[in-house]
Amino acid sequence: MANIMIQGSKGAYVFYLPKRDLEDAIVSMEFDTPEKWGGEIKLNNGGTYYIEPQPAPARLPISLRAKRLDAAE
Amino acid sequence: MTALTREETQALIQEVLEVYPEKAKKDREKHLAVNDHSIEQSKKCITSNRKSLPGVMTIRGCAYAGSKGVVWGPIKDMIHISHGPVGCGQYSRAGRRNYYVGTTGVNTFGTMNFTSDFQEKDIVFGGDKKLAKLIGEIEQLFPLNKGISVQSECPIGLIGDDIEAVSKKAAKEIDKPVVPVRCEGFRGVSQSLGHHIANDAIRDWVLPRRDGKAFESTPYDVAVIGDYNIGGDAWSSRILLEEMGLRVVAQWSGDGTIAEMEKTPYVKVNLIHCYRSMNYIARHMEEKYNIPWMEYNFFGPTKVAESLRAIAAKFDDKIKEGAERVIAKYQPLMQAVIDKYKPRLQGKRVMLYVGGLRPRHVIGAYEDLGMEVVGTGYEFAHGDDYDRTIKDMGNATLLYDDVTGFEFEEFVKRVKPDLVGSGIKEKFIFQKMGVPFRQMHSWDYSGPYHGYDGFAIFARDMDMTLNNPCWGKMQAPWLKKADSETEKKAA
Repeated sequence: MANIMIQGSKGAYVFYLPKRDLEDAIVSMEFDTPEKWGGEIKLNNGGTYYIEPQPAPARLPISLRAKRLDAAE
Repeated sequence: MTALTREETQALIQEVLEVYPEKAKKDREKHLAVNDHSIEQSKKCITSNRKSLPGVMTIRGCAYAGSKGVVWGPIKDMIHISHGPVGCGQYSRAGRRNYYVGTTGVNTFGTMNFTSDFQEKDIVFGGDKKLAKLIGEIEQLFPLNKGISVQSECPIGLIGDDIEAVSKKAAKEIDKPVVPVRCEGFRGVSQSLGHHIANDAIRDWVLPRRDGKAFESTPYDVAVIGDYNIGGDAWSSRILLEEMGLRVVAQWSGDGTIAEMEKTPYVKVNLIHCYRSMNYIARHMEEKYNIPWMEYNFFGPTKVAESLRAIAAKFDDKIKEGAERVIAKYQPLMQAVIDKYKPRLQGKRVMLYVGGLRPRHVIGAYEDLGMEVVGTGYEFAHGDDYDRTIKDMGNATLLYDDVTGFEFEEFVKRVKPDLVGSGIKEKFIFQKMGVPFRQMHSWDYSGPYHGYDGFAIFARDMDMTLNNPCWGKMQAPWLKKADSETEKKAA
């Protein structure tokens, strides 16, 4: 589990992982509705992370805990 | 010498790496690269923010240097205790030339050194009591201080002192902020982690202090973040912002005060100059206080104009007009500077090796003078810095991360730049090699270099260094004579 920050706006989310200086666009997010938001997220660089599905945040950026499923490289 | 081609640069890197043992070679290879505009992500060509290789000369600092020296140190009305043995504080005292206004020792403390001067008994029995006593003494001797920060040196972390508890207790007693900063030098690979720790300490101990309190704000409030006022840099930046109609609420942290920092959550935009050392706090303020942030670059008239317009674009027409007015006002002055110095500097080649933002930020200023940056590198950058650098640097130029003393010397010998810009530790090596050199950390005791006023000084300094007659006198006079005589005979 790592602390991450999701920035940007709906449709153009940016993923930021301070510990790895990883700042990348999110190409797909499993759930992206106001009620359920999160799940598996795929990054532009090929990495995959998982955030616990939750109601969509009122405002971005937001800091979250994410699980790494498959990192790039 | 003409510019190296991609193949030549690659060959140069390989040649320099040749002297290393196999394992070291493999490690260092990842930190040296030839710039390639087609690469989008820097990590494909260069590795950064890794532990330095044991046995080579690195020029990096430690986490304490990043926190006390860079981020906290310039906050002028606070007292920063170097908690631990006396050396760390004393040898870094006032070395960074963060200028400030105030009476030192009365209401400002920037150039003073406060330390708990650890002895053997403090290591054995713990230094918490000493710290508490020290804070009491500071309060008695310097009652006009606005707060205290405790900057831990290595032993604090090793012996496990609880500086947080002491700080909380002391803060209650003196009714001022006392900020414990866990920036022990051994943390992380370079000063970069110190910046992060310092940012986190500001986030946790300083910013929330005025949450919910009234502040009379205007729609034009901005904060200048990541400008450490080296030689007066922040002042020459601030006047431009104020001239275009903005109100600068806070300067982080050059010539800054703790009150300014506490007010920053009320600004409209955070302007970031040094991205590396202060992006953390900007991201935090974006999340918690909904303040957008942007990077800007105040080196050289081209970039200043670009940045002023980009900043103005975040505001209404009044500010946009203001920006155009400022640019128009300074344009003729800058043209005069360029007309004077460009003919003397045209075509000269520069190699840089500095800290967190200058290896890419000053490129524009050199280009304004007709000079070319042929190699650049960072001491402690991360991947995101190189992402930004790749676009700013020319194709097929050298990039070096955490360069070792040997590599840097070899690169300079082979690339033969007309000027090297780096720090004090490199200065005399290159000057003795006969290469003109400027300190780009502290502006070689000159400055400011930011803003329009700074560019005039920058141009003068570069000319003064490059065209100094001393570079023609690198040989002893008696040796020279012999040379010219043999030349005559040969002719």
